[in-house]
Amino acid sequence: MDKKELAQRFSKKIKDLCPEREVRAIHVCGTHEQAITRYGLRSLLPDNFDLKMGPGCPVCVTPARVIDRAIKLARKGLTLATFGDMLNVPGSSSSLSDAKSDGADVKVVYSVNEAIKIAKKIDNDLVFLGVGFETTAPSNAAVLERGVPSNFSILTCHRLIPPAMELLVNLENVNFDGFIAPGHVSTIIGEDPYEKFVSEYDMSTVIAGFEPLDILFAVLKFVKQIDEEIIQLENAYERAVRPEGNIKAKEALNRVFKVVDAEWRGIGEIEDSGLRLKDEYSKFDARKKHDVTLEESRDVHPGCICHLVLTAQKTPKECNLFKEKCTPQNPYGPCMVSEEGECNIWYQYGERPSL
Amino acid sequence: MCVGVPGEIIDIDGNEALVDFKGTRQKVRIDFVDDVEEGDYILNHVGHAIEVLPQEEAEKRLELFDEYLESLE
Ligand code: SF4
Repeated sequence: MDKKELAQRFSKKIKDLCPEREVRAIHVCGTHEQAITRYGLRSLLPDNFDLKMGPGCPVCVTPARVIDRAIKLARKGLTLATFGDMLNVPGSSSSLSDAKSDGADVKVVYSVNEAIKIAKKIDNDLVFLGVGFETTAPSNAAVLERGVPSNFSILTCHRLIPPAMELLVNLENVNFDGFIAPGHVSTIIGEDPYEKFVSEYDMSTVIAGFEPLDILFAVLKFVKQIDEEIIQLENAYERAVRPEGNIKAKEALNRVFKVVDAEWRGIGEIEDSGLRLKDEYSKFDARKKHDVTLEESRDVHPGCICHLVLTAQKTPKECNLFKEKCTPQNPYGPCMVSEEGECNIWYQYGERPSL
Repeated sequence: MCVGVPGEIIDIDGNEALVDFKGTRQKVRIDFVDDVEEGDYILNHVGHAIEVLPQEEAEKRLELFDEYLESLE
């Protein structure tokens, strides 16, 4: 069976079923945006169907204050380990990569497990900066429960996707028909947290996988719902998402973290949208273990519209700095840094209309 | 960073598995997935497996899409 042919058939069916009015879906996942942009999927959708990205980039929504704290800790002489993307994110006035050039001990790791291995080998105190959504948080919960070396602590910045989706629903100037929900976050949280978008807000919600055809399949289900006026929650990624999610991972999250109101970079505070370590884990909480004084932080740098891109109000192309002053080699705003940031993705892949 | 990557389990040692990602081998924790065996495919997120993936053939999946599209005709 030919993938291109299937994609064309999906495209045709989506066009057949899509009503004539403007229809808009929002997805909240950098990996979705990558597939959509890279394979030019928007060119397969009808002109009146708008598929936008929301705040699905953990690197982008980590507040400058968290980066500032990590920089201070590193400059103070601690070893700071984190994911490669985090090095180039601009904090209020500089990045971890600047601190590294100045001689601070900043190490790139691909997982928290690797950070622990490094901690075991050194005498210095090591802080792991762990950011991410529901998919990344369980790994941090797991290592803390298993036990970590005494010179290890963690600076977490975990954010939860459903509360951010709810924020979008309630934004007055963002109008849309529903969500293409993120497959891997759903692998952890399951289907339940999305129910309210259907029952309270009347929003079509379809959980989608990450292959181009998975996404077209989800969009077709979405459009079919609108056409038939049957608004519901559908799982179009059954091979990885169980209705109940990953119970073990969810339980580990509940044991180690508590849900708190949390700041999203440039967007503001969202109720019950973040995870903080419970008191039992204070000893390993870098915020409590290592005191630093932070100046007032600055999330939005003049001219950057990342916060509007993240809330589906603007696209990267509408930013005057896009491709000019802001490039992946020299990112001015947080959305240009990582491969999950919409500005970075649009820069890398443009709008290639092929599959 | 926030990217899920599928890989095949080559070897299991307690709560850790050696996983093959298209030629690159890495250790992955398997605390969150039940009863995995060598040969199973898992979805890795920053060093932890978060789900076991059924290994239906890629071709089978395309057939399912085909059937779905047919059913709408
Ligand atoms: S292109 Fe750069 S400056 Fe403009 S919104 Fe994106 S990250 Fe911000």
